[in-house]
Amino acid sequence: MAIFLTADSKILIQGITGGEGRKHGTRMLAAGAKVVGGTNPKKAGTTVELNGEQVPVFAGVKETIEATGADVSVIFVPAAGTKAAVIEAIDAEIPLAIVITEGIPVHDSAEFWAYANEKGNKTRIVGPNCPGIASPGKSYAGIIPADITSHGPIGLVSKSGTLTYQMMYELRDIGFSTAVGIGGDPIIGTTHIDALAAFEADPETKAIVMIGEIGGDAEERAAAFIDKNVTKPVVGYVAGFMAPEGKTMGHAGAIISGSAGTAQAKKEALEKAGVRVGKTPSETAALVREVIKGLQ
Amino acid sequence: MDLFEYQAKELFAEYGVPVPKDKVANTAEEAREITTAFAAEGIPQVVVKAQVKTGGRGKAGGVKLADSPADAYEKSERIIGMDIKGHTVHRVLIAEASDIKSEYYLSFLLDRANRTFLSICSVDGGVEIEELAHTNPDAIARVPINPLAGVDHAKALEIVRAGRIPAEAEEGAALVAERLWAMFTDEDATLAEVNPLVLTPDGRVLALDGKVTLDDNAAFRQEHARFADIESTDPLEVRAQEKHLNYVKLDGQIGIIGNGAGLVMSTLDVVAYAGEAFGGVTAANFLDIGGGASAAVMADSLEIVLSDPAVRSVFVNVFGGITACDAVADGIVSALGLLAERGESVTKPIVVRLDGNNAAKGRQILIDAALPAVEQVDTMDGAAKRAAELAAKGA
Repeated sequence: MAIFLTADSKILIQGITGGEGRKHGTRMLAAGAKVVGGTNPKKAGTTVELNGEQVPVFAGVKETIEATGADVSVIFVPAAGTKAAVIEAIDAEIPLAIVITEGIPVHDSAEFWAYANEKGNKTRIVGPNCPGIASPGKSYAGIIPADITSHGPIGLVSKSGTLTYQMMYELRDIGFSTAVGIGGDPIIGTTHIDALAAFEADPETKAIVMIGEIGGDAEERAAAFIDKNVTKPVVGYVAGFMAPEGKTMGHAGAIISGSAGTAQAKKEALEKAGVRVGKTPSETAALVREVIKGLQ
Repeated sequence: MDLFEYQAKELFAEYGVPVPKDKVANTAEEAREITTAFAAEGIPQVVVKAQVKTGGRGKAGGVKLADSPADAYEKSERIIGMDIKGHTVHRVLIAEASDIKSEYYLSFLLDRANRTFLSICSVDGGVEIEELAHTNPDAIARVPINPLAGVDHAKALEIVRAGRIPAEAEEGAALVAERLWAMFTDEDATLAEVNPLVLTPDGRVLALDGKVTLDDNAAFRQEHARFADIESTDPLEVRAQEKHLNYVKLDGQIGIIGNGAGLVMSTLDVVAYAGEAFGGVTAANFLDIGGGASAAVMADSLEIVLSDPAVRSVFVNVFGGITACDAVADGIVSALGLLAERGESVTKPIVVRLDGNNAAKGRQILIDAALPAVEQVDTMDGAAKRAAELAAKGA
């Protein structure tokens, strides 16, 4: 098992003929993921060569699902077209849509999220502005490199792409069940809480690493959730203690507004819920190591 | 991007939100001319308002009534150049003084927790909403807005009634809410606040002060560049923006370049912890070169960071996920070559940590280049410590 993405997942790529879609489609196939098709209404009926395979291109998500049985969409279309792409995925009722694209106006994200709600949330949305999901040794949907580590007992959920890679690298000898990059935007589909709940229910996951950063109160709400619902050990890391108030730090959602959204408040909330929080990525990795040792 | 009050009110007026007559003055002389013209139109009294992007202007003496052009001149002269919470006042807004019967509060904002928008409305206005939330939380109505349904007249009335705005101001306030929502969505704002929203003795409802934040991610479909505030932006940030770099100037001594917002934020923290042992040195900036960064981006980044006079050492922290470390190393070599060609010798030490995708190749490129300024350390913690030590030495 893994969460959200398994060895059987059939992946389609929205924007498969674009530069990013081709580049990462190739990497996903090389890593063993089942990339079964992609969309581009102007190139429907053609194929695109990825990793030596001819991958079929369809007019839309619905057509791709009908022809291939795809159950995951990875979205690489540029920001201006992302809202329409997500709405198309929701209309096609694909179970999982992963939005890699960054720089999406937050009004667009609010609209597609409201649309997903209106349609009964049949599509799990991950992102936007995220690296996607990796279930090492099984499947890769997005841009998380496949060669960092292999399958293992750690579940990871993170707002940040590179901190995900860094943590996977530090703990590469132990391995991961699934790493979920939820993205650094102010409005995201899948939250820390959704991933924590799924890891709690996943028999393969023995310990969870949760990476947060300044902005909003998602970490505080996750802490309250852990306190009540998570029995597996959770280790946390929060980035941005030195970030000044009122400045966006790279991610659109990473901003301290007044006294809200500070790293200190998030760390305190997590610790109150019994989560051990590392001061640095390496200290966090050392804490995870201790936790895993204690389980054996 | 946060707007100045005068810019926010320009947008309000554009969308039909009633505002008092006003005009911006860059100098005291301009303030006198504007006040003279207003007087000729039958406006006897004006308010001189400091234009800074921070609250508490009134308490700091940045908002004054003026009864004559000479008075407006004198007050503007005192306010322009004033420092309010670290913000220099470069201009004042000369606004028609309004008679006020009541002050209310109205805003639209992003509700991150509920992944939607929210309207906040209160019959108590004029104070900061955070303060009101403490002193009288029951007086604040929070009404969720479905982004697909928006705010029509019925929804606008629901908002103002929830905020307990009295019947005499209800229609006027609802009209403001409807038009403010149109501005909020059409302009891709993440905050549109009117505080205070006032009722005048003659029954008009006006936006007396306003705050607007625009979504930087929407720049590609908006004309937000016209609101850019170059003069109060750090010159290094202006140069970085021109080169499309994700850069924020900070107060410390160690220049930081990394890939990925999370890793760079983490680097600022790790450097500050390491700096505790070296006289408290901290990061001089945030700079995220992003995924798949090219040699050219690295060159631009090094150039900006090295040109900061506060920087005493540089820490390049890269974990190659998508970014290939050999490209980063090439970037460092070509950037230093470029600077040398221009006769700018690089004397500030550069500590580099490369890990992940093609790390061995990248490290070898730097070893082969044998650049005197560059030093490699294998771990993030070790490299942070070395950069802090070098920054302390360079003091």
